[in-house]
Amino acid sequence: MKLNTKLWIGVAVLIVLSPLGLIIPDHFRAGSAWGEWGADEMQKLVGYIPRGLEKLSDLWKSPMPDYAFKGWEEKGLAHLSLAYIVSAVIGILLIIILIMIIGKILVRKDQDAK
Amino acid sequence: MHIPDGYLGPATCGFFYAVMLPIWALASKIVKKTLKAKQVPLLAIGSAFSFVIMMFNVPIPGGSTGHAVGGVLVAILLGPWAATIAITVALVVQALLFGDGGITAIGANCFNMAFVLPFVGYYVYRLISAGSTVGSSRRVVAAGIGAYLGINMAALCAGIEFGLQPLFHHTAIGQALYCPYGLNVAVPAMLGGHLLVFGWVEVLVTALVVKYLQKQSPELLQSQEAAQ
Repeated sequence: MKLNTKLWIGVAVLIVLSPLGLIIPDHFRAGSAWGEWGADEMQKLVGYIPRGLEKLSDLWKSPMPDYAFKGWEEKGLAHLSLAYIVSAVIGILLIIILIMIIGKILVRKDQDAK
Repeated sequence: MHIPDGYLGPATCGFFYAVMLPIWALASKIVKKTLKAKQVPLLAIGSAFSFVIMMFNVPIPGGSTGHAVGGVLVAILLGPWAATIAITVALVVQALLFGDGGITAIGANCFNMAFVLPFVGYYVYRLISAGSTVGSSRRVVAAGIGAYLGINMAALCAGIEFGLQPLFHHTAIGQALYCPYGLNVAVPAMLGGHLLVFGWVEVLVTALVVKYLQKQSPELLQSQEAAQ
């Protein structure tokens, strides 16, 4: 088997296992990463929402916030895990497309001949 | 370590975009010279690997979460400049598609995770592994130490960026406009989690894959050295 194939299999295994990154923190009741709180969490932490933060925090509406589907937030870990895997697949497909485009721009064909 | 929108003021956001622009330009120039067409799939694998490894949130029980970046490994295999490009692509997709890391903070997040992290990790690895044979255990140790220092230096940078905000931006009555925590809180918080927990995930991932590649594809571990 080619090395690249083996490495892609490794990435695929990581994609399937990725919900562990959701389930284990949930099990240990760990919260957000430090400095990645939402506005309401910030209110609890420091007693107010910094004005600039309030203004900027909604600047970008991402299509799949927190690697989940919209409206699935309350559906429980099984659904969230599925959404997490689907997110990983979509993200990586987009990465492959972007890197292929970058590769086309950056790498000249004649380089391999040298 | 993905700084969201609203935590850094406009000056900091602009500053890091301005810092990253020449770094991205230089990375493109250098990668254009050194990367061969057949290495493009490996660049995609590196970017995909970094993307998915960042999804593995690791908890500090009852506290916060964090994750490895995988960027030192990408730098060891493809060189630090190619790693900058691979991790930047992963971070941009995370910010735009999944809201992980802010749009305004892409410059700062890329500086920490796509520049400081791979460069520190790579040069520590090269320094410690210098003169060793490709299959030696010194390489595995070098990769581990590089991974640990790389991710912690990135975390330190993020802590400083967070911690400077209350100094730069506050209201007349002392309320912060952006990140409300100063250096005395932000730096220990960012560095502590990574020194104690998340940094070790980076060590484990990096060292294990280097060990695997020593058997499977030693030429991949050497290709970086030959290129320079």
